Amino acid sequence: MPQQPVLQVRGIRKEFPGVVALDGVDFRLFPGEVHALMGENGAGKSTLIKVLTGVHPADGGEVVLAGQPVWIAGPLQAQQAGISTVYQEVNLCPNLSVAENIFIGREPRRFGMIDWAAVRRRAAELVRELELDIDVHVPLHSCSIAVQQLVAIVRAVSVNAKVLILDEPTSSLDRDEVGQLFAVMRRLRDQGVAILFVSHFLDQIYEICDRMTVLRGGRLEGEYRTEELNQVELVSQMIGAELAGLDELGGGARRERTAPARGTAFLQADGLTRRGAVEPYDLVIERGEVIGLAGLLGSGRTEAARLLFGADQSDGGTLRIEGVETTLRGPRDAIARGIAFCSENRKTEGLVGELTVRENIVLALQAARGWTRPLSRTVQDDYALRWIRALDIRPGNPEALVRNLSGGNQQKVLLARWLITDPKLLILDEPTRGIDIGAKAEIQRLVAGLAEDGMAVLFISAELEEVLRLSHRVGVLRDHRLVAQLENDGGLTQERVMATIASGAEQ
Amino acid sequence: MSTATAVGPAKALTRYRLFWPAVVLAALLLANLAFTPDFLAVHVQGGHLYGSLIDILHFGAPLILVSLGMTLVIATGGIDLSVGSTVAIAGALACLHISKAADPGSLGTVLTAVGIALGTALALGLVNGVLVARIGVQPIIATLILMVAGRGVAQLITDGQIITVTSAPYQLIGGGYWLTAPFAILLSALVVLATALLTRSTALGLLLESVGGNPVASRLVGIRAMRLVALGYVFCALCAALAGLMISSNVSAADGNNAGLWIELDAILAVVLGGTSLGGGRFSIGGTVLGALIIQTLSTTVYTIGIPPETTLVFKAFVVIVVCLVQSPVFRAKLAARGIRARRTTRPQAVAPTKREVGA
Amino acid sequence: MSAHTQLPRVSADKMLARLRGQIPLLVTAVLLVTMFSVGSVQYDGFFSGQVVLNLFIDNAFLLVVAVGMTFVVLTGGIDLSVGAVVALSTMVSAWLVERQGWPPLLVIPLVLLMGTAGGWLMGWIIHVFEIQPFIVTLAGMFLARGLCYTISIDSISITNPQYTAMAQTRIPLGSLFVSPSAVIALLVVAVGFVVLHHTRLGRNVYALGGSEQSALLMGLPVQRTKTTVYAISGFCSALGGVLLTFYMLSGYGLHAVGLELDAIASVVIGGTLLTGGSGYVLGTLLGVLVLGLIQTVISFQGTLSSWWTRIVIGALLFVFIVLQRLITARRR
Repeated sequence: MPQQPVLQVRGIRKEFPGVVALDGVDFRLFPGEVHALMGENGAGKSTLIKVLTGVHPADGGEVVLAGQPVWIAGPLQAQQAGISTVYQEVNLCPNLSVAENIFIGREPRRFGMIDWAAVRRRAAELVRELELDIDVHVPLHSCSIAVQQLVAIVRAVSVNAKVLILDEPTSSLDRDEVGQLFAVMRRLRDQGVAILFVSHFLDQIYEICDRMTVLRGGRLEGEYRTEELNQVELVSQMIGAELAGLDELGGGARRERTAPARGTAFLQADGLTRRGAVEPYDLVIERGEVIGLAGLLGSGRTEAARLLFGADQSDGGTLRIEGVETTLRGPRDAIARGIAFCSENRKTEGLVGELTVRENIVLALQAARGWTRPLSRTVQDDYALRWIRALDIRPGNPEALVRNLSGGNQQKVLLARWLITDPKLLILDEPTRGIDIGAKAEIQRLVAGLAEDGMAVLFISAELEEVLRLSHRVGVLRDHRLVAQLENDGGLTQERVMATIASGAEQ
Repeated sequence: MSTATAVGPAKALTRYRLFWPAVVLAALLLANLAFTPDFLAVHVQGGHLYGSLIDILHFGAPLILVSLGMTLVIATGGIDLSVGSTVAIAGALACLHISKAADPGSLGTVLTAVGIALGTALALGLVNGVLVARIGVQPIIATLILMVAGRGVAQLITDGQIITVTSAPYQLIGGGYWLTAPFAILLSALVVLATALLTRSTALGLLLESVGGNPVASRLVGIRAMRLVALGYVFCALCAALAGLMISSNVSAADGNNAGLWIELDAILAVVLGGTSLGGGRFSIGGTVLGALIIQTLSTTVYTIGIPPETTLVFKAFVVIVVCLVQSPVFRAKLAARGIRARRTTRPQAVAPTKREVGA
Repeated sequence: MSAHTQLPRVSADKMLARLRGQIPLLVTAVLLVTMFSVGSVQYDGFFSGQVVLNLFIDNAFLLVVAVGMTFVVLTGGIDLSVGAVVALSTMVSAWLVERQGWPPLLVIPLVLLMGTAGGWLMGWIIHVFEIQPFIVTLAGMFLARGLCYTISIDSISITNPQYTAMAQTRIPLGSLFVSPSAVIALLVVAVGFVVLHHTRLGRNVYALGGSEQSALLMGLPVQRTKTTVYAISGFCSALGGVLLTFYMLSGYGLHAVGLELDAIASVVIGGTLLTGGSGYVLGTLLGVLVLGLIQTVISFQGTLSSWWTRIVIGALLFVFIVLQRLITARRR
């Protein structure tokens, strides 16, 4: 590219307590291109965007905008400098009209009063310029999400944005709506706007983007022209080769599994679906079987699992548990049928931070018993100490507050909570994310052992290495659809799973 | 990783939840000694206990009860502004029944009166609970309704008058003595102990704290949060009703207008002073009792020193703000950041992009 | 994020959606007309212009306070200190004028400044330390009431000629009349309306109530808006206190007890969502009129006691809050 980049980031570094989110990342964005920022969870995508939009100050490195180094102090400064952002969750005010959302904060004024006629006229003009058909008079909340996204883009570019950041704008749009969005993006690109596009949908990336930057683990993995890198290569870039530190589990080779007894299905889902979350899928989970769910972030892994736990209600399909057709009205129903679910969001959906390790461990069991049948303190201590020892939770003090524990230990507490309920199906959503290698290996070993003892496990992870290591069968999700179920009989390779993720069909 | 390292005994003591409330209470009591040398003396006269300490407990008994109920509501992440109205309604109903009864002095009449008051409170608490837990109205707003209407209802019951009753059994509740001690003290102590026992020896306390501490996680472990929250409001209303009975019994009269006025604020203050966070979660019944006693001691102190009692409000205002600031994570973070700031300023103060082409 | 929002909607639906937000306001307007009609049929002398004007005269201070409260509630906050600030304003006015002999023209601006500063401080604490508004303003309430009593426990009556003149002046309107306070109150409503609908500050208030997170990301001055809103409420409370001083001709720490509830009730009955972001200052005017009319009806009835006012207000609050909840629940 002969041009000067409009935005250049050099050696950006950002640390959060205990984590290096961005480690010397470089990034270039040229005028008139659509550029994809790719990476899995924890790759540093959202941190990079937050640095660019002034939400988080960077700890090191520099941002150069149109040839000048800038220090972005906040969202307002970013906008004034020409960087506008549209987020996944529409960040507009639903209670205000479309026109007002486009202009709020910089309404044209006459004699100190807002010139409403001008606001509406100019809003309508802006909408027309992008060849959109939106009534600017209606309140935003009466518009569809897609239209709201478009309004957000209109607002973003109306400040003469040089750089437009679109952070997962398509995650809740249907095909036609995505098409409409892309049309607007192409128009803006042709006008010379630099667009940074984040999406979990690979097809969309390949459809719209000119170049892409891949991040992994807070580091720059590479910058490519879209045609240089095919989908399989991209997926392997994003997921990467797994660290070699886990070989203690079964000496690196796939462990010998006692094959689960077929025909003893614990759970059977037929066409189970929830609109906007996951397309209808069929899944059978046998006793003693570990099923891995693979797929990129946002592919619908979690959404599929939540339906099996009643955390979300399905709106189609049937669910059979131990052969009996069942409707789960909530987690309570699922727990009563022997299902346990460790959420990927340990802090917000899992643990109660201000309670102790002991209390968090007994919580699910106690909830199932009801408040009138308390577990005696002796029993509680017994459970807590037994599992602290079994899982090597540190500090080994059952009375320590859970919020003071490290991520890996918190995860173990969460596991212990469900294991004492003696579940028949254990759903683990990203149980090893963000925890150290040692704890990771322990959790993997534990899962393998549980399955050998006859427990069914649904294991969700972004790391293919561990999915393959543990699972008898791997379900592959892509774009909210369960596209394939691959038998892991020894011949299943990471490459094959990646190819399936990338192509959306069994390879 | 581990934070649980050995700490010195002094530090362990200050970490103890009830340490600071207890220190404040002790300081207040000692301060009183300076003005009233025999402040801490308790003596027996005519078979009854007398003394400032007994007075504090006696007059503080209703507040302790209301604060107790408030503690559980706050633990679930809510708040109940309607307790003052409930206090007034309960007192009014009981006194009305007794004054209308053929035999106001009989135990049966009094028990019926108490039953009516508690039954009504149960219904009122249920209304609050359903509004909050089922319909999903913010707790402040939901209970505001009853706070507004309740005073009117209380006055409606008393017909705007102060109903006086002469009934020995009724008078016992708030003004009588039993086993040399004021009955009110024994009653509130009993309720406090029963509640402590109920919450801590069953799983109720744990589940309440879980619901208040992390509602989403609580749903996912299968706790019936809705029921628990509603239960909190019902319990709070019952406690308030009991306090209302005590207050009206103490003066043998029901005053729909002034009974329990502002008690919701004192109760919230007591809970906060006792170390329970307004955000919900961990609660401390012992702390609440200490908090209520601090407030009552403060009132007594102000009274004995001769400052106009109403000015305690100023003091309470500062206490509320200080306690909330201390509980505020942002405030703590800012305090902690003080030391780091010096280092921060060395960061390159690069261009804060001035306005360029900010057209519209 | 339900999937329903993705369905394309026809414009009739949009009209309905727009209308749905106005239901509480419509209900209030209908209620007002009905109450007035029933009162007119039921009682002699009810159907008169003066009865209507008296609504404004008797509720002038409430109207001013409620306008300030509208600003706060629109941002999704709440201000429990208004009644106490009103009382403190009457007390400071009476004390400075009567006991210290200060001229009213100095005292009134001072009182207004005090209220504004107090409100600003509360807003600042709420924003900077992220403490819930209700607890901060509760402390403000304690403080203001307590300060009243440090000035004097008893009521201080005012004999200053300028104050009594303000109390007795009647501005003729044909054969009818209004008080200067009523005019001031209506002026405040007008200013409130203009600020909310025609200035950036006003629109930022709505944006903040719609979504604070969005407002921040859109680069709106969130902190300034929030502190300003509480400062406005403080100013309105102080002005309400000044008007109440004209009305009562005294300063007293027990003036305006429970006024915060009346103000909140007016705002809610006037159709402003307690979660913020939607409502009108003119709706608040209607709300205040409903409250005033309830009192008028009850006093005309003669056999009904004054506490029915509270009960009816409580019942109305209940209906409106549940109504609001149903409307917002459907919007999601």
